[in-house]
Amino acid sequence: MTTTVAKMDEGTEAPYALSHLDALESEAVHIFREVAGEFERPVVLFSGGKDSIVMLHLALKAFAPAAVPFSLLHVDTGHNFPEVLEYRDRTVAQHGLRLHVASVQDYIDRGVLKERPDGTRNPLQTLPLTEKIQAEKFDAVFGGGRRDEEKARAKERVFSLRDEFSQWDPRRQRPELWNLYNGRHAPGEHVRVFPLSNWTELDVWQYIAREGIELPEIYFAHEREVFSRGGMWLTAGEWGGPKDGETVEKRLVRYRTVGDMSCTGAVDSDAVTLEQVITEIAASRLTERGATRADDKMSEAAMEDRKREGYF
Amino acid sequence: MSTTTELTETTLLRFATAGSVDDGKSTLVGRLLHDSKSILTDQLEAVERASASRGAEGPDLALLTDGLRAEREQGITIDVAYRYFATPKRRFILADTPGHVQYTRNMVTGASTAELTVILIDARNGVVEQTRRHAALAALLRVPHVVLAVNKMDLVDYKESVFAAIAEEFTAYALELGVPEVTAIPISALAGDNVVEPSANMDWYGGPTVLEHLETVPVTHDLSHCHARLPVQYVIRPQTAEHPDYRGYAGQIAAGSFHVGEQITVLPSGRSTKIAGIDLLGEPVDVAWTTQSVTILLEDDIDISRGDLLVPSKDAPPTTQDIEATVCHVADAPLTVGHRVLLKHGTRTVKAIVKDIPSRLTLDDLSLHPHPGQLVANDIGRVKIRTAEPLPVDSYSDSRRTGSFILIDPNDGTTLTAGMVGESFASPEPVKVESEDDGWDF
Repeated sequence: MTTTVAKMDEGTEAPYALSHLDALESEAVHIFREVAGEFERPVVLFSGGKDSIVMLHLALKAFAPAAVPFSLLHVDTGHNFPEVLEYRDRTVAQHGLRLHVASVQDYIDRGVLKERPDGTRNPLQTLPLTEKIQAEKFDAVFGGGRRDEEKARAKERVFSLRDEFSQWDPRRQRPELWNLYNGRHAPGEHVRVFPLSNWTELDVWQYIAREGIELPEIYFAHEREVFSRGGMWLTAGEWGGPKDGETVEKRLVRYRTVGDMSCTGAVDSDAVTLEQVITEIAASRLTERGATRADDKMSEAAMEDRKREGYF
Repeated sequence: MSTTTELTETTLLRFATAGSVDDGKSTLVGRLLHDSKSILTDQLEAVERASASRGAEGPDLALLTDGLRAEREQGITIDVAYRYFATPKRRFILADTPGHVQYTRNMVTGASTAELTVILIDARNGVVEQTRRHAALAALLRVPHVVLAVNKMDLVDYKESVFAAIAEEFTAYALELGVPEVTAIPISALAGDNVVEPSANMDWYGGPTVLEHLETVPVTHDLSHCHARLPVQYVIRPQTAEHPDYRGYAGQIAAGSFHVGEQITVLPSGRSTKIAGIDLLGEPVDVAWTTQSVTILLEDDIDISRGDLLVPSKDAPPTTQDIEATVCHVADAPLTVGHRVLLKHGTRTVKAIVKDIPSRLTLDDLSLHPHPGQLVANDIGRVKIRTAEPLPVDSYSDSRRTGSFILIDPNDGTTLTAGMVGESFASPEPVKVESEDDGWDF
C-alpha cells in the first residue's frame, strides 16, 4: 500500500481496505468462478484487444494453478491488424487453450452477408457470433464490455440473459441484487457475462501496468501510414481505404481500442510505455469510443440497437 | 511515475442515490460527474447534438443518464444505471436509481451493493413521505452510511434555520430506524453549492461538501466483530504432474477474515479441519479478509463442493430449513403462499416453498398489513420459507452477504424476490402492528 491509502484510512481499518484495483479484480474473479460453477459450456470472447486480454489474465488467476476451464472465441472480421492476430495465436498456444473462430469473411464469401458500402464490418459480426454460439451450444459467453463505454451499456447487467435469437431486451432484465447472480436459462438461451462491467478504461490500463501484462504493439506509439476520414486516423489497407481525395501520410500514432480496421481509428500519440499511456488517458478529454470508433457514431442509439440484435 | 502510483492506489466506494422526481437528483448526479471532470468532450457534444435536434436551447444533462431509446422518448428513467467517476482520492461506482415511487425494487437493487446512500430533499418541502420511504429502505438494506442532501437551498435564501430543522427531523427518524450514521449537507445542485466546492452562500455550514464526504467516508468495517464466512464457489483440482494433489476451495470471502492454521467447519455437513494454506489468486498468504477472492487449502481431505460454507469452528451459524425474512418482491408476477421457488443463498441454490406471508410493510409509516395473501412488484413484506435442504444463514443485520438471498422462478428463471434474513430494522423498539389501515400502497 502506498502513502495515499495510509493517509486516507487512518486508524485500525486501514489494513482491511482493498485498493480499487484489488476490489475490481476480486469481483471479476468471483464472476468467472460463478460461471465455472453453474454453466456447462462457457466461452470467452477473445479478440486480442486489451479488454479481452485482461479477461484472460483474470481467468488464469481465478483458476490457478489449474487451467482455465473455458475455451476462447474470436469473431474475425477479416480486417484484422496483423500484430493482433499474431498476439492472439501466440497467447492461445502459450496457455494451451482452444480457440473457436467465427469468420465474417466466410459469411461474405458464401453470400450470406453483404459487404456494406462503407466497408465497415463491425455490424456484420452479429450473425457469425450468434450462429457460432448456437452451433457450439455455448451457454455462457464472456464479453469484455464495460458500463463506462456507452450509455446503453451503463444499463447492462453482469449476467445478461439472451433469448434463442441472442436478443437483449433492456426492459426485461433481471435485477441484480448483492452478488447473487442468476444464471438460469432455458435450452437455446444463453447468458452474456461481463466481468469487467465496473471497470473504466483507466482501471484496465492501470491493471495492465500493475500486473505487467503484455499487449499487442499497436497500443503503443509507432510510425504508421494513415489517412484522415471523419476526424479519425485510419490505417490504409485492403479493406477499402484510402479513397479518392484521401491522402496517406506517415504519423506517430497509437490505438486506444482494437477492432475492425475499417472503423477503428488511431490517435496521435508519443506514448511508448504503459506509464506514458496512462498519463495520456488520464488527461484525455475524449472517451475511448468517441475518439476511435466510427460505428458508434452512426446514430444516437447505435450501440443499443446492435446490442438488441445480439451484438456485445 | 508518481501519477500512476497515486491513481492506482485508491479505494472504491459504491454508493446509490435516492430522490423524488423533482428533487434534483439528475442535476446532482450531473454536477458530480461534470465537476469531477468525468464527462468528456465527446459525450457532452453528443448530448448537445441530441438536445439541439429536439429543439432544446441548452444541453439537457438528463440525456447523459437516460441511455435507452424508450427513456429518451418518454423522458423517464426506467432502470438502475451504473456510473463511474474518480477523483485523485477515490474511485466511485454510482448506482443511479429512478425516483418514481413504483420503482422501490430499483432502489433495493442499487442499495444492495451500496456502502452509502444519498437521499435528496427539496429544502422548500422538508421531510415528506418519499423521504421516509427512502430512509426506511436504507435502514432495511442496512446501508452503512446515509447522506441527507438538503437541496435547493438557493430557493430558501440559504437559511440555516431551514436546513437545521430538516436535518434534525430526518436524523431523529433515521436513527429510530437504526440507520447507524447520518450526515446532513445543505446544497444547491443547480448552483453548485457544497456539491464539489464549498458554498460562499452558507458560511454558517462547517461540514464537508458532498464530494469531500464521499472521498473520506470509511469503506471498511471493524472485522473483529464480523463472523467469518466463505461460500465455496468452485473446487480447483489441476491433477497435473506439477500439482498432483492440489485441492483448493475457491470463493470470495463474504465476511470477516480467515488465517492459516485456523480451525474451520464445513456447513451444512458440520465436518471440521484446519486451514493448511490460503492462495490469494496464485500468491500464498497467511491471512485473507472480506471481499478478497481466495482459494483455501485444508489439512484433511473431506468432502466439500460448491454451495458449502466454510466458517470458523468457534463461530458457526445455525443451519435451518425454516427461514423468516423481510423481502422485496421484484418480479411483475405476484409471490403467493404455496409458491414453489428456488432460493439462492451464497453459492447454493435449493428448492423452497413459500409457507406464509404474515405481513406486508407500509414504508410510509412502517405499519404492517397482516396476511396480505400475496406480494406484488415493489411490495415489501415478511415471508416464511421452508427449504428442501438445511442452510447456514446469518441474520442480515450481522452479514449483508450471508444474510441475503434471492428467490428464482424454477420455470423460467425469473428473479422474483430479494430477501433479508431476520428482523427488518435495527430499531430497539418493536415495529407496531396496524391491522385496519388499507393505505399501504407505495
